[in-house]
Amino acid sequence: MEPFVRLSAVAAPMELPNIDTDRIIPARFLRRPREAGYGPLLFHDVRFAGDGSERPDFVLNRPAYRDARILVTAENFGCGSSREMAVWALMDYGIRAVIGPSFGDIFFENCFKNGVLAVVLPAGPAAGLRRALAERPGAILTVDLEPQTITAPDSASLRFEVDAFRKHGLLTGQDELALTLEHLPAIEAFEARRRGETPWLD
Amino acid sequence: MATGRTMFEKIWSRHVVAEGPGGRVLLYVDRHLLHEGSTHAFGRLEKKGRRVRRPEACVATADHYVPTAPDAGEIADSEIRTMVADLGRHTRRLGITFFGRGELRQGIVHVIGPEQGATQPGITLVCGDSHTATHGAFGTLAFGIGSTEVEHVLATQCLWQLKPRVMRITVSGARPFGVMAKDVILAIIAKIGAGGGVGHAIEYAGPAIRAMSMDERMTVCNMSIEAGARSGMVAPDETTFVHLEGRPYAPHGAMWDRAIAYWRTLPSDPDAVFDREVTLSASEISPTVTWGTSPQDALPITERVPDPASVGDPARRASMERALAYMALAPGAPLAGTAVSRVFIGSCTNSRLEDLRAAAAVAKGRRAAVPAWVVPGSGLIKRAAEAEGLDRIFTDAGFEWREPGCSMCVGINGDTAAEGERVASTSNRNFEGRQGKGARTHLMSPAMAAAAAITGRLTDVRTLAR
Repeated sequence: MEPFVRLSAVAAPMELPNIDTDRIIPARFLRRPREAGYGPLLFHDVRFAGDGSERPDFVLNRPAYRDARILVTAENFGCGSSREMAVWALMDYGIRAVIGPSFGDIFFENCFKNGVLAVVLPAGPAAGLRRALAERPGAILTVDLEPQTITAPDSASLRFEVDAFRKHGLLTGQDELALTLEHLPAIEAFEARRRGETPWLD
Repeated sequence: MATGRTMFEKIWSRHVVAEGPGGRVLLYVDRHLLHEGSTHAFGRLEKKGRRVRRPEACVATADHYVPTAPDAGEIADSEIRTMVADLGRHTRRLGITFFGRGELRQGIVHVIGPEQGATQPGITLVCGDSHTATHGAFGTLAFGIGSTEVEHVLATQCLWQLKPRVMRITVSGARPFGVMAKDVILAIIAKIGAGGGVGHAIEYAGPAIRAMSMDERMTVCNMSIEAGARSGMVAPDETTFVHLEGRPYAPHGAMWDRAIAYWRTLPSDPDAVFDREVTLSASEISPTVTWGTSPQDALPITERVPDPASVGDPARRASMERALAYMALAPGAPLAGTAVSRVFIGSCTNSRLEDLRAAAAVAKGRRAAVPAWVVPGSGLIKRAAEAEGLDRIFTDAGFEWREPGCSMCVGINGDTAAEGERVASTSNRNFEGRQGKGARTHLMSPAMAAAAAITGRLTDVRTLAR
């Protein structure tokens, strides 16, 4: 997994709440192999018209936001389906950080498995960031994981919370499997105990 | 001070294998359900040369991508054909039980787990699908996971998890005539919102839940994710035990007695404290439909399309305006009477025998005014329904009786609605494009969907009562 340490990039605001993973990546594309790349499919049906041309009103199609690598979203971004391809699509497009007041739980988890930093900010500051980005299209945000700070277009610094487990994973790019395998004796002990307590499960 | 424990806490703490950094725990997974979507994870595992830790803990079925047309034959789309074939190949290679096309036990993963007795009280169960909460109906800690997590569970039988908060939703009283479990969960989602359960495990409680059958409890738990919660549970009781006894994976003989003794310890203690409590009265719930593009956009069928102009919050107003434009609905118009293009009865929410019976009771002796599909949740349900003559009731009424699968709930298997079509659907998501690009979805109960098929319009099923 590609580590995430620090990112300074254009950030795009998305005002709609409850943007579901079907909207991030429509279901009909999910059978595509991972290697084929999901970037061109990101937000496909709201980003492109029926004839394949770009919809000019969609935020990532506007000139100032074309190079966005950060999204600042509204409530419950990534709700719905567990499809990890929603994160693959963001990642392949170039989005490495999403910032918002809340996220779909499974989407949130999937982000960290793929090197995408998802940041929960309280509703007020998140709305403030979206407003600032709308007022200054193309403005740069800096997201710094080690000190857990976001530097806003007006140079104000916002601190965010991230749990130590996820932070370590992103900073090092290490996947969880290696860590889990260190606990193999504990897993074996658990299974032995389970055999005794609930033998019908074996 | 010792306080009571919630059912969630009891199951969670029993499955902790190790403590990790940042409050994470390594949680043991008792049961893993798989479907065609899992082939991405199988492929990565194969590439890395990793073995599956406990193939016997897995059950796989083909549901998301299989065609449901009665005479489908060979799958026409080569990519889909490969995906279904790959699941067969991987499961054979790894020694995982697989119910494939043409097999009676094949069906929707959240239908067949309980049907086979693989879903049991007190266990942890995961699946790479967000509707895994369905299994919580048995007092199972069940939640959906992503593809990387599927790979991790296959390799280690564990997952690193942060403990969610616990919310109890108590539904008091009794359901009025015409109100199904689907109406109850739609009312719950409308009340707490599509993000209301984020970060929470839900426990559904109260007399209205307790009075529900297992099929009904599954409908309720199924849509927990539509309120943002990864898991939703109902405490196991006699209804659960009666339903489970004798199923292939269920314990039997002396083991059954031992299992029951354990399961009886699972319900939340009377003095257990929940992080959040929500209460609803079942008597205030009506037959419900959604009008927008989020499951929280739900109202009684007797209501009118809401007017964004009456909403103060600008973000909410903009979101409603967008939803109404997509749905082609005018503010203030009565919901009942809205013309629909087609009807879909099926999905992991509403494709079980009782759902089909409820729809058939409305359809019986009548005639569908629009194309209407009935897609049973599994081969076994299809057979049981046919034994009762439900298939004849449907086909006599002009409904199409199809093969088991996810079908038009998910829009990836060829079963889709056309752009601009309005669907009365018993599925779980009315998102933009969910049932096909540009398709408009109204969620409702099986009885309400059957009523819509008969009249060709969104209809209060109580007006068709005999």
